[in-house]
Amino acid sequence: MSDTHDNMRLSKDQASFLNRLQRCLPTEGATVRLLIITVAVLIIMSLLNPGRFLTCRNFASMCFQFPELGIFSLAVMLSLVTGGIDLSIISIGNLTGILAALILTRATSAGLSAPMLAVCVAAAIAAALAAGALCGWINGVLISRFAITPILATLGTMQLFTGIALVITRGHAIAGYPKAAQLIGNGTLAGVPVPLLIFLLLACLVQGMLSRTRLGLHLCLMGTNPVAARFSGLDVRRLLGRTYLLTAVLSAVAGLVIISRTNSAKADYGSSYLLQAVLVAILGGVNPRGGFGSVWGVLLAVLSLQFLSSGLNMLQLNETVGPYINNFTKELTWGALLLLVMVVNCHCGRLRAR
Amino acid sequence: MERLSRILHRHEFYLAATLALLASIIAVINPAFLSLSNLFDLCKSSTVLGIFALGVLVVLLSGGIDISFTAIAALSMYVTSKLLLATGYSGSVILAVAVAGCLGLLLGLFNAFFIYCYRLPTLIVTLGSASVFRGLLLAFIGTKIVTSLPAGMVDFSKRSLFAATLPGGETIGLSASFLLFVGAAIMVWALLRYTMPGKGIYALGGNPEAAERAGFNIARLQFFIYGFVGLLSGVAGLTHVCTMRNANPFDLVGTELVVIAAVVLGGASITGGRGTVLGTVLGVFLLVTINNSLILLGVPSYWQKVLVGLVIVVSTGITTRRNPRALHGVMAT
Repeated sequence: MSDTHDNMRLSKDQASFLNRLQRCLPTEGATVRLLIITVAVLIIMSLLNPGRFLTCRNFASMCFQFPELGIFSLAVMLSLVTGGIDLSIISIGNLTGILAALILTRATSAGLSAPMLAVCVAAAIAAALAAGALCGWINGVLISRFAITPILATLGTMQLFTGIALVITRGHAIAGYPKAAQLIGNGTLAGVPVPLLIFLLLACLVQGMLSRTRLGLHLCLMGTNPVAARFSGLDVRRLLGRTYLLTAVLSAVAGLVIISRTNSAKADYGSSYLLQAVLVAILGGVNPRGGFGSVWGVLLAVLSLQFLSSGLNMLQLNETVGPYINNFTKELTWGALLLLVMVVNCHCGRLRAR
Repeated sequence: MERLSRILHRHEFYLAATLALLASIIAVINPAFLSLSNLFDLCKSSTVLGIFALGVLVVLLSGGIDISFTAIAALSMYVTSKLLLATGYSGSVILAVAVAGCLGLLLGLFNAFFIYCYRLPTLIVTLGSASVFRGLLLAFIGTKIVTSLPAGMVDFSKRSLFAATLPGGETIGLSASFLLFVGAAIMVWALLRYTMPGKGIYALGGNPEAAERAGFNIARLQFFIYGFVGLLSGVAGLTHVCTMRNANPFDLVGTELVVIAAVVLGGASITGGRGTVLGTVLGVFLLVTINNSLILLGVPSYWQKVLVGLVIVVSTGITTRRNPRALHGVMAT
């Protein structure tokens, strides 16, 4: 009798230890599986590209590449959590980037002094963020006041914003910014790339917002069951408006990083980012039916995608498989990965249901 | 009288009125719009978009969404062209259409497998399969444009209906491929109106659970829907090849959102259960007219996207306002 009692106490201790462990690690089953996938991709790519993949240089260059997609993915995640989707993120990024670029090129050609330049760069950033907020406000009004389905409203505004960007630029690129502005996309702070810092900061903010604030809780509630959310007294309209405001501002930040990294702004830049960002969010375990999502998952998903694409790029140097590797093989692997992860998650969900 | 008021309250009436208004404005500004050759041109440009739109209508009605149909079309049209060239086939175009349709059907069933067997959201499945199909095509099958098509397809692309020679020596005619659009429209209309699967599609879009309890076999229905979309996409892809007179593997993909916009413009609800073939056809014509006529109006082409975006936003806004039920489901994707 006492023996079993001891056993029970032991298992209780174990349980509390596990609980503590779980609190520091991603707890969702899907996220754990994604962690395994990410590590597996990392190992496979390192083995396939000996001496090339696991180098400081490669990791440094990857750290400049994935933050843009990461920020866009955070935006998509927020919209998916509320049960909608924002298709206009890329067009908002480009439009706000172009507005900032217009200010910046004026500043360069005017030949201003250093402090004035700093003011100009700050003004450009502020203008881009404000324009992003305006775009997001328009999306929010269409979705919450006019009750247009998010997918349609943002499909329309996507065309609209890209169109406005085209009208402003007539299809040309706007290039040539002051050195200070190029720091956002190309600079390092204490050895860490600035884009990476921006992405990590935003990721922390979004995670904190979702898990620790009332707004985050309300967003998840609304995504899980909009009708219940309304009947429990949530102002669904205001919540929706805020969501699309947030996604647009995030997109504007991504737009700034892009124009600064490439030193040019164009109306149709990065159109392939849209599907990739949705892919990252879904891969990261965000439920497209709303209600659930974690920044952990998005972080892992964007990393695994970057490992895959950098690794495949290096494989082009390989003599036997090299000729078959190109951008389209990457697209194929991404799609296959998305389907595979969804199927695995579905199987695990079924096993648990039993 | 009651009948008249019922017509006046239909979405299709507003669409037709908008189209007529737009056409008369354009015609007043530039009478060339009403010339027979321009009208034939409009029909020709709406063919591929229209066949796609009919497929998308079926998916939207069932409450799903498909964004892989352009990738399906690109893959099946390119493989068909290469296959027929390799075998040295020179017969009628009918076989080419059949081959492309069958390839599309298979790819559509691939989607249906994931959607039904794993109950995955349709947007996500087709997002993934679109990359898979496109990657498969461009990484392994080919990236070169095929310019010398089989004789049957070239013949078909040159054939026109109501051919006439104008006094100036210019020959005009309605491209024969337009018949495929008309045929597809009639087929989808009959399918939705007179057949059991058609009723099932509406039922599934209205309420999946109710449809299942009413005795519809959801598995068979899902396989039917996505297979059918694949078939139509394959046919649309081949039509595109015949219109362009070359098979470019980079074509078509990227137009999927425009097609969905046309269907929604035509009054189909993205949450399923509501939409008609007539509305879809009118939506396609409206979008094509806007796109093609900006040049006739002297509007710079970079304004095109702004206008199309505005049309989508305004028209969906009006549709939702007119349908109070939609206001309920503020959040449905």
